[in-house]
Amino acid sequence: MSLTQGTSTSTRAAAVVAPGELRADPDKRGRARESRRQVKSTKSSKTMFLLILPFLILVFLFSYLPLAGWVTSFYDYRPALGMSGSEFVGLQWFEMLVSSPTQLRQIGQVLTNTLAMSFLGFATSLLPVFFAMLLNEIRAPWFRNSVQTLTTLPNFISWVLVYMIAFSLFSTTGLVNSVLHDWGIITAPIKFLDTDQHVWLTMLLWSLWKGLGWGAILYLAAITAIDPALYESARIDGAGRFQIMRYITFPQLMPTYVVLLVLSIANMLNNGMEQFYVFQNAFNKEYIQVLDLYVYNIGITGNSLSMATAIGMLKSLISVLLLVAANAVAKRARGTSII
Amino acid sequence: MTTESTAEVKTTRARKPPSMQRTRGDVPFAIVNYGGFLLMALLCAYPFYYLIINSISANDASALGDVRLFPQGFHLSNYQQILGLDGLTSAAIVSVARTIIGTVCTVLASAFLGFMFTQERMWARSLWYRLMIFTMYFSAGLIPMYITMKTLGLTNSFWVYIIPVIVQPFNIILVKTYVESMPRSLQEAAEIDGASTFRIFFRIILPNMTPILATVAIFTAVAQWNSFQDTLLFITDQKLYSLQYLLYTYTNQASSLAQAAQNAQGNLGSIVSAATSQTPTSIRMTVAVLVVLPIIFIYPLFQKYFVKGIMLGAVKG
Repeated sequence: MSLTQGTSTSTRAAAVVAPGELRADPDKRGRARESRRQVKSTKSSKTMFLLILPFLILVFLFSYLPLAGWVTSFYDYRPALGMSGSEFVGLQWFEMLVSSPTQLRQIGQVLTNTLAMSFLGFATSLLPVFFAMLLNEIRAPWFRNSVQTLTTLPNFISWVLVYMIAFSLFSTTGLVNSVLHDWGIITAPIKFLDTDQHVWLTMLLWSLWKGLGWGAILYLAAITAIDPALYESARIDGAGRFQIMRYITFPQLMPTYVVLLVLSIANMLNNGMEQFYVFQNAFNKEYIQVLDLYVYNIGITGNSLSMATAIGMLKSLISVLLLVAANAVAKRARGTSII
Repeated sequence: MTTESTAEVKTTRARKPPSMQRTRGDVPFAIVNYGGFLLMALLCAYPFYYLIINSISANDASALGDVRLFPQGFHLSNYQQILGLDGLTSAAIVSVARTIIGTVCTVLASAFLGFMFTQERMWARSLWYRLMIFTMYFSAGLIPMYITMKTLGLTNSFWVYIIPVIVQPFNIILVKTYVESMPRSLQEAAEIDGASTFRIFFRIILPNMTPILATVAIFTAVAQWNSFQDTLLFITDQKLYSLQYLLYTYTNQASSLAQAAQNAQGNLGSIVSAATSQTPTSIRMTVAVLVVLPIIFIYPLFQKYFVKGIMLGAVKG
């Protein structure tokens, strides 16, 4: 659902960092109580089901029913004709994906962009850990709290607003060009936005600007949960500040970090489209089109609904497989699953 | 030592930085560390400040990027004039309405479902629960979603902002975990008195879960206010544009927009000075400020709920 993509992907990621011992098992408690309850009539158990039925219908309509739309990828779907009027074409769209050289080159570039963005994300995924560890060293509580408030604020604005900010600061008449010009560093304005240079890097920097502070909150919380006895014994052994950070705090944060990393690896094909959609223009299009945006561009803008469905379907299937694989790895490594 | 006092000791210690010992490298480290974070805080805060001072400064100066640290030529006419912009009022109403209605619906549904999924005697409870949770991990994709909305008659309808997002599995997990942590005796006493499920929910459970509902509400409200993609995909009727979407269209058609604003303000007075006449930049920045102000105001007030939300998420089962 589009609505959940902004703020709650980060919280959803948080949902999986539960250390095994924190998990309550409600079902176990439930079973013990079950025997006491058997006197209750099955009538009331059906009534309860009827009470949640309307919501289950919503789940079906908006999460399961759309899966039926995957059949469009086997048709030459035209919205005006409807499903019944459209021609069945079998695997034509899937064949087209790999047979035409132009198409192949395009898909290759889109995949490169997608994976590049994801790998840049992995490469910078330790930054929130360092951010939290260093912020934890700040002694003045007012300063720490202010920094935390200000750096998490960007997480709560939309990508449209981020783009507005980028435009105000970096357009040819924006602040940065105007300052550079006044200082005599440049004579002609630099095109920061309308360019095909450093697109991946710029996108990475904007997503760091938006997400770094928020990403650190989880680790800050994890730091307060570290057993103080560890610090005490380290200090008695004569460890300095950096040794404590290196040998106590950092290793203690690793379990949380690894789970989040595994989950983001499972999500490497899903970069979302909003950031890339608002920043895309004629200049940077080649390097900014990630899979999610590509599906939108050819499906909605380009009107190739069936082709877009075929690509979206492959992407969804591969993502689920990646998630299952990641889950299996996590299960083997820590004994508990992450989903 | 009792469990309580151990917890007490832990929290007071945890608040202190881990390494309290003063060493020789302390002062240089502190300077670099404070300086670094000051810089980062400024990097995050300044863009917002920049938008605000530019929206109240002379428009000819702000169009050149000359308003940098303080407002120049203070005036508020930008705010008066954008009210005359085509579609701004209706977009504001749509955004406010979807935020309020959407938040109420999602919060009530999350509260009710979170509670119902703790009721073990419900028929096939864990099956329904799993079916719902599973939807967090896959998506049919953009086009099938679009076709579904079209089939259900939700394209170009206000309700596309509300109905598809009523059931949010993540929120339901949060509420369910919270209800499970409440004392069972509360509910059992009411059951013995013969209270109905609805009565137990409204009279006993609901009043006792304000903290978790506040967290759910604040996340939902921000998501609703910020949502942009649903307008982009499902709405073509301009009357149903959200503020976020309108703001996006402004970045792409700014010069014609300034003309429209000039026309709209034409009847305000005969003298239109360069400082107060609308430019694309002034319009964009003023609308951006309108969109971002609610977030800037509510975020510091509710920060603890946001943090609590992510913490609760970390403990979920």
